[in-house]
Amino acid sequence: MNESSPVAYDSKVEGNIIFTKVDAAINWMRSNSLWPMPMGLACCAIELMAASSARFDISRFGAEVMRFSPRQSDVMIVAGTVTYKMSLAVKRIWDQMPEPKWCIAMGACASSGGMYRSYAVLQGIDHLIPVDVYISGCPPRPEALLDGLMKLQKKIMGEHSIEDQKRALAETI
Amino acid sequence: MTSKEAADMLRTRFDSAISGATDFRGETGLCVEAKSLAALAAYCRDELGFDYLVDISSIDHFGDEPRFEVVYELSVLESGTHLRLKVALSEDEPVVQSVTDLWPTADWHEREVFDMMGIRFEGHPDLRRILMWDGYPYHPLRKDFPLEGKPSDMPDVAFTESAPLAGGPFVTAPTPGDTQVREPRARRPGDLPPSETFIPEP
Repeated sequence: MNESSPVAYDSKVEGNIIFTKVDAAINWMRSNSLWPMPMGLACCAIELMAASSARFDISRFGAEVMRFSPRQSDVMIVAGTVTYKMSLAVKRIWDQMPEPKWCIAMGACASSGGMYRSYAVLQGIDHLIPVDVYISGCPPRPEALLDGLMKLQKKIMGEHSIEDQKRALAETI
Repeated sequence: MTSKEAADMLRTRFDSAISGATDFRGETGLCVEAKSLAALAAYCRDELGFDYLVDISSIDHFGDEPRFEVVYELSVLESGTHLRLKVALSEDEPVVQSVTDLWPTADWHEREVFDMMGIRFEGHPDLRRILMWDGYPYHPLRKDFPLEGKPSDMPDVAFTESAPLAGGPFVTAPTPGDTQVREPRARRPGDLPPSETFIPEP
């Protein structure tokens, strides 16, 4: 005997459908799959490595895919002292990252120059690129980086990417 | 051979080129004329066995003449004998002969001295800046260079701005106090002993 249902409706599908806004769905996907660009420039990079290894395990937040190519990454984690000699290289890497992109200034040096009030050190990476989250500490512990990452996820969840795109498109027309 | 014996041998051979000697905690130093440095250094390496150049550093005696001083630290690897050579250089012509042909390690040391202090080394194979970028217009370890730096701009290479010093040099306090006291912050020259370590901005 044929056991298949006579109508083309599968009642089992009901539990698998969620109604939501496109923005919310996209933000949810973006915020839980942030691919960092590890811009390790000083001792903060060691804490960044610790955050991605077993004890702290940044992959719990979906950000374990450290990409060493800017073209494949979403969030630049500037971890360390940005010297003037390095600063335009950081800017150039940032410019090569595709939109949407975010920036975390990890530690005192990347946020403000830190203890290096000197002729050689850029006084905060926000002089060159827009920063979304600043993390205090010298260097910050991995927990602080994870907290900063969660703050960034919260920020991404509140974005209106589709609306912004539509508005930008409307302005060009 | 001790460093004193080495200094005595140098004094007998290069008497006219050596203008003085220092002795500090068992370390022997000789003040050498700039134009005789290359010959004297070659003698140190070939005849006295100083096979290792530990370091080259430089001092800015701002306001005095001769203004600059280049210091060579020599060592014998086998015995650990140490000898210091000091060369005084005038502000108008801060040039000394390179010793890269004697000790290849001098290459980067001399580049650093050139970069930070602006002292040139004649005969150096590749006298470029080593820490700052090519084209940076200043020599930042000179005493008349302000701590916060000076603005400069090289399009597509690098730029600099003055660091905010909040009314004073942004320095640590070398005291036995705790980190709250010692940590880098804006301090006026009078706040820190000794106050003459600060050079007022020109």
